[in-house]
Amino acid sequence: MTAPLLSIQNLHLKMSSFDGRAHVLNGINLTVNRGEIWGLVGESGCGKSLTGLSISRLQPTPPAHYVAGEILLEGQDLLKLSQAQMQRLRGKRIGMIFQDPTTNLNPAFRIGEQLVDVALAAAEHDAGVLDCPPNAGRRARRIAARKLAGDMLARVGIPNAQARLDSYPHQFSGGMRQRVLIAMALIGRPDLLIADEPTTALDVSVQAQILELIKNSVNDFDMGVVLITHNLGVVAQTCSHVAVMYAGNIVESGPVAAVIGSPVHPYTRALMSAIPTRETKRGMLRGLAGSVPNLIVPPPGCRFAPRCQFALPACTAAMPAAVPVGNDHAVACIRVAEMEALVHG
Amino acid sequence: MAEIMLEIDNVSKIYPGRRGIFGASPEVHALKNVSLSVRKGESFGLVGESGSGKTTLTRSILHLETPTSGSIRVQGQDLGKLSDVELRRLRARVQIVFQDPYASLNPRMSVHDIVTEPLLIHHETLGLTRKQRSDRAAELLSLVGMGPQHLHRYPHEFSGGQRQRICIARALASGPELLLLDEPTSALDVSVQAQVLNLLCDLQDRLGLTYFFISHDLAVVRYLCDRVALINRGEIVEQGDCSDIFDAPKSEYARMLIGAMPEVKVPANTGRGG
Repeated sequence: MTAPLLSIQNLHLKMSSFDGRAHVLNGINLTVNRGEIWGLVGESGCGKSLTGLSISRLQPTPPAHYVAGEILLEGQDLLKLSQAQMQRLRGKRIGMIFQDPTTNLNPAFRIGEQLVDVALAAAEHDAGVLDCPPNAGRRARRIAARKLAGDMLARVGIPNAQARLDSYPHQFSGGMRQRVLIAMALIGRPDLLIADEPTTALDVSVQAQILELIKNSVNDFDMGVVLITHNLGVVAQTCSHVAVMYAGNIVESGPVAAVIGSPVHPYTRALMSAIPTRETKRGMLRGLAGSVPNLIVPPPGCRFAPRCQFALPACTAAMPAAVPVGNDHAVACIRVAEMEALVHG
Repeated sequence: MAEIMLEIDNVSKIYPGRRGIFGASPEVHALKNVSLSVRKGESFGLVGESGSGKTTLTRSILHLETPTSGSIRVQGQDLGKLSDVELRRLRARVQIVFQDPYASLNPRMSVHDIVTEPLLIHHETLGLTRKQRSDRAAELLSLVGMGPQHLHRYPHEFSGGQRQRICIARALASGPELLLLDEPTSALDVSVQAQVLNLLCDLQDRLGLTYFFISHDLAVVRYLCDRVALINRGEIVEQGDCSDIFDAPKSEYARMLIGAMPEVKVPANTGRGG
């Protein structure tokens, strides 16, 4: 059996701040295979983005401090690599898309130059990226990279792509810029794509197009995706699997159909009932009282217990381990049997 | 027929083109013959994508922007024909809550000062003494689900949801009848959004407010609003009762928007990846 594309095992991350050390990731376990789109959802401050940044090792240490655990990319522990080795993986094996398409492109350079740079950097480690012989001269490589850049732009749905290579970022709309960033992330043919809130800044109609583009790219490039979002609707529309995060823990994970279709963990259920649907009557929306706890002094035991309507005294004893409740569907809650009865009963 | 609170009649707004050293820019038709009316006590939703003219229309209702043609009437008073003094009096009755609660509160003012500022500005209309203003601030905070212990704190001490509550308290201070809500929940988490939406429903029931709710989130509009108008490139594409538009959209644009809504439900084809 080959190693999974990405396997995060028991990852613990602490962050130093003026007030003390916050235990922001508290034993994350996540496995992503090729062809899967994993949604990471939760409120702000639950550690979704930190998980993404940890995979690409973009979180500076200090203030971050990896206490325990490993992040395996096809068996290789990313936490043990030097920054120089990591640099070689980024853009080539790990592609990234961030939330704000305006600040992630350099306004002073043409789109084409920025894409060509990434393509050439990726080609240094894998000559197969460019369609030219490995011993080709600089000039030939540049021409090949430019052709590839144009092809990629066309692929992400930018009309008249070759000509648009000479445009500057300000000449594109928000949705187009996000497409450029996706093209940039895909140009090195990554194995793993990390998309951190890629559509939060965009309109719903553009959002739908971008999500469709990410979905299609998974098949075209045979890669795995970690999609970080706070929108459960986006997860339902796009992802094959979902992991619900709360205060540095994955509280529920599994295939989208299972988790969204029959959520078991009280937090997942509360998140879902906070979203107005067609059937929600005016004034009947169920909010989730309170906010994400301070992680410098996290609540004892299950971190969701203080906000949980099903909490028992026993919940504060220890952090519950994830228990399988079905096909790949796992829930970290001590009352999982009763919660399940509630879902199905 | 209920009383009309806000009437927008054939409003157009054209921003003039410019000729600068970097070349000329054409004029922009931000609003084209927009007409709609909001009844007293209802929630009216305005939905559109970025650049569709939502903000221009909102600014026009506050008379921060003068329409190129057409008229806007609040309770029968034409904004374009009012003097400065009359306009100031009217503004006590029309208030706004902005999108970003992190940017719309002055970090150097205490909650007490933030909430009582409108009372000072509208002093000639409201005529409250210093003591009455402080009492009113405490009353407003309890109205939005906060307490007098929060009065002498500063915005940075509050979470996003609490800040938005402070913004709502400030908007309610001068006793408005019409509240413009410019994407009041889009900067908030869903759990907090639910709390703020419930607060808005509750306040409307208790105070009989009229809401003009601007959003790009159709799910929120469907939840809160009685009637809705869809705006695209400065033109109203479709308007009517919420239930009619969501169940049987007539225009292509409405169908596209509703189709693009990410609904939280299990998709039909779930075999992906496995």
